[in-house]
Amino acid sequence: MGLKSNLHNLKEKYKGKKMAPAFNALHTFLYLPNETTHNGTHIKAADDLKRTMNTVIMALVPCLIFGMFNAGYQHYLALGEIEASSGFLGSTFWTWDNLVLGVWQVLPLVIVSYGVGLAVEFLFAVIKGHEVEEGYLVTGMLVPLIVPVDIPLWMLAVAVVFGVVIGKEVFGGTGMNILNPALTIRAFLFFAYPTWMSGDKVWVHGAVERDQMIAAGENLDAISGETLLGYYAKAGQELTVTGANGAEVVTTYADRAAELYSLSDMFWGLIPGSVGETSKFLIIIGALFLILTKIGSWRIIVSTLIGALTMGLIFNGVVDAGWIGESSKFYGLMSVPFWQHLIIGSILFGAVYMATDPVTASQTNKGKWIYGFLIGFISIMIRVFNPAYPEGVFLAILLMNVFAPTIDHYVVQGNVKRRMKRLKVKTA
Amino acid sequence: MGLLSKKDTKLITDPLADNNPITIQVLGICSALAITAELEASIVMSISVLFVMGVGNVVISLMRNIIPSKIRIIAQLIVVATLVIIVDLVLKAFAYELSKTLSVFVGLIITNCIIMGRFEAFALGNGPWRSFLDGIGNALGYAVILIIVGFFRELLGSGTLLGIPVLGDPIEKTGLYAFGYENNGFMLLSPMALIVVGIIIWVQRTRNKALVED
Repeated sequence: MGLKSNLHNLKEKYKGKKMAPAFNALHTFLYLPNETTHNGTHIKAADDLKRTMNTVIMALVPCLIFGMFNAGYQHYLALGEIEASSGFLGSTFWTWDNLVLGVWQVLPLVIVSYGVGLAVEFLFAVIKGHEVEEGYLVTGMLVPLIVPVDIPLWMLAVAVVFGVVIGKEVFGGTGMNILNPALTIRAFLFFAYPTWMSGDKVWVHGAVERDQMIAAGENLDAISGETLLGYYAKAGQELTVTGANGAEVVTTYADRAAELYSLSDMFWGLIPGSVGETSKFLIIIGALFLILTKIGSWRIIVSTLIGALTMGLIFNGVVDAGWIGESSKFYGLMSVPFWQHLIIGSILFGAVYMATDPVTASQTNKGKWIYGFLIGFISIMIRVFNPAYPEGVFLAILLMNVFAPTIDHYVVQGNVKRRMKRLKVKTA
Repeated sequence: MGLLSKKDTKLITDPLADNNPITIQVLGICSALAITAELEASIVMSISVLFVMGVGNVVISLMRNIIPSKIRIIAQLIVVATLVIIVDLVLKAFAYELSKTLSVFVGLIITNCIIMGRFEAFALGNGPWRSFLDGIGNALGYAVILIIVGFFRELLGSGTLLGIPVLGDPIEKTGLYAFGYENNGFMLLSPMALIVVGIIIWVQRTRNKALVED
């Protein structure tokens, strides 16, 4: 018969052998397991780990598809071959050319991420003799979305091995990890290969090569793709750009940023950036989907945004009070209106898809509020204060991942104390 | 009977593997993280510690019956400090560049827990010859880990070994670099040393299950 019975036979054949987990994983991935448990009481529910993971992946797919179009769009835009798209449904954005280039660039990232990551998972399952866990399904999808489109594939592969082994398997695999594996992978890439992960050349496909060609003396009329945060970090400094009529115009980075990226572009996502995090619109849709299906914690998402807004307001307050002059290197980012911090950079993506990871986040409801708030708060703080890290979201989330168990501990202890007090009052 | 009895040999070989001061006792981590970005620095650090521990253990052992136990820590500190200053001055005189790389960490040998630990645990209760062997053994155990970590960090972080490029030239794009290889900057940062030490601990405990604590 079909594939199902073949897999079934294979599984029977390898039962008890060393390779068994690998075949079991394949079987359960495609079909419902045919084993039944024989003892104890069980709750039957549809939302197992696999279902949870798939829901998150469904929420990510729009971001991935948009990321593919955007990769092509940014490339052709930088080359000056197409006009800037007017809005989300602009005619130059959803084109076949953009998609083809995007798929050509992004699909290998997805394949490497899943291929290498699952290979490590299978290897560990076989060595340790446990079943392959579904944990990598979401991580593997997140990884291509949070890296620049031009990242060399071997670097991604090295980072994935590192992230899965050091970030997850050494702690005991899915469900035991302290750090979010996808962010561990990004952190590894960021610190190991900073030239490929930050700066003004990496966010648009081909920008690095074009820059080398220009340096070699070729006359190319192409702009490089600094992210908005990069511009804001250097807001006050002067910059020379070649204007439309060929004359060189001296402007500041802040003005240039406003000229290049409008607020609506940032919201719809028509800006350079990591593959999947540019479109705030699609992330919000994904967030609503996750909240409605009760997969993502709305408490964490909301509190992260509140934390970011609070920090933004504090910085705005400092600027308004005149405590910081225009000459300060922090002025540019501090004076960004507080609500704009939400649509700049990847705070929204981090809040929705990264901070809500049920394994590494706080488990208690009160703890989730504290955890999320601090993520938002620290993200904006790093973003503004540390020019070496133009985006602080992933560092903030990793930091709070480490503190999540501590937060939970104190929340639980506080609860115990309160109830003890109540008990005493009653019995007294 | 040879120079070393079986018991004496154990004093040297034990700390090399199954009772390694870094991976099993988890002592002396601080310097292992700080100075292992280059192999040369690791080696010099290892030699310095070897000298301080070998001589220090003998001196403490010789004085063990006249040190009042209430002030023994101070007495030990003075011995280590004297030896460390000797090392520091020798480095400054003959290897100035290296001594700048090692910076405060030569001075911090004084507070290296391995040294104080061996003084307390061994030299105060054993004769000079056995103390000497114990000091050498533990210093070698420390050196092995330092050199392994230094080897990988320099190879992967800078593409060199002892300052000699072994993977090709990253600027001229020769050797491995011609294929798009790049140095791993993370390797040069201290957290990576911790991770490499962690991996060594992992490998060691996988090979010898007796070392795994519950």
